[in-house]
Amino acid sequence: MAGSADSEEAGTLVNAKAIVVTSGKGGVGKTTTTANVGAALAKLGERVAVIDTDVGLRNLDVVMGLEGRVVFDLIDVFEGRCKLRQALIRDKRVETLHLIAASQTKDKTSLSESRMRETVRALLEDEGFDRVLIDSPAGIETGFQTAAAAAQGALVVVNPEVSSVRDADRIIGLLEAREITEVRLIINRLRPKMVKRGDMLEVSDVLDILGVKLIGIVPEDERVLVSTNVGSPTALEDGGPKTTAGSAFRDIARRIGGEDVAYPDLDGSKGVFSGLRRLFGGR
Amino acid sequence: MFNFFRRRRSKDDLKQRLKLVLSYDRARLSPGKMEQLKRELLAVVEKYFPADGDDLDVRFEQHGDRMVLIADLPRPSHH
Repeated sequence: MAGSADSEEAGTLVNAKAIVVTSGKGGVGKTTTTANVGAALAKLGERVAVIDTDVGLRNLDVVMGLEGRVVFDLIDVFEGRCKLRQALIRDKRVETLHLIAASQTKDKTSLSESRMRETVRALLEDEGFDRVLIDSPAGIETGFQTAAAAAQGALVVVNPEVSSVRDADRIIGLLEAREITEVRLIINRLRPKMVKRGDMLEVSDVLDILGVKLIGIVPEDERVLVSTNVGSPTALEDGGPKTTAGSAFRDIARRIGGEDVAYPDLDGSKGVFSGLRRLFGGR
Repeated sequence: MFNFFRRRRSKDDLKQRLKLVLSYDRARLSPGKMEQLKRELLAVVEKYFPADGDDLDVRFEQHGDRMVLIADLPRPSHH
């Protein structure tokens, strides 16, 4: 109720059925975000397909722990070597979650925007998926353009540091040029202690600079690495404090679904973040 | 203020640097080209009245959705 007046302002992505996860810069957490948000959305009951488009450098399969079950990949689908359904790998833990792996050969010549659009259309209309998350490769070349081709919405992952923010700005410009208007920002690997002593951009700085709506703040968290070591997204470890990355990814999934979820106090002191929480509908 | 006694916060430097570099990125103009633009602008202005290059400030500013080129030069007073 308290936040209802602001709910239009709150970033949701409820109408974007196909969402590209992108960042420009590599290594900021695109694949981790795709795996975790995908898993959390599926756990909320949505039928979710996640697609890895990083041809030649596929990783979404290992992050999700599904690498042993890849038979066909996205390029096989594009080139008609298998049916779409044969390339869909069902997750072991959440049965509404499916993966299409990227091919591990370096041949990108068959990446095509029209084939991407057709694949996403078939997933949503023929296979009955509620949501498709597309993990984009780093960079602004063919791989990114293909990944963005079928998207109605975008999750831009940014770390609060100089090169990531600059690249995110570039990517946001390219998404706008593609008329993808539902662009939402995930600030990943935030370190509350560094923010508190003024050595890391705070969330409001990043939003001020980039000028897009926020949909999640994910704190730096060792559990992310531990969970990828064993191939199980940390968002699936229910419970635990609200200050974990897993909890932040679950909150993002709920916001994508249209819920107005308050932002937790990450530094526990009601200091730097309390104003921010007011700003985004927290208490 | 209390901050006077404190070390400068590195994030303030970063925010300032990011705003500047993004203004060039968004305008698709490199800082070097900007210097060239400044010199040429000054040459044009000097056809009409004497001007000092040190007084000329040329920059991009974000005005809402628009990126605006600002050329700021105090008009010389009569001597």
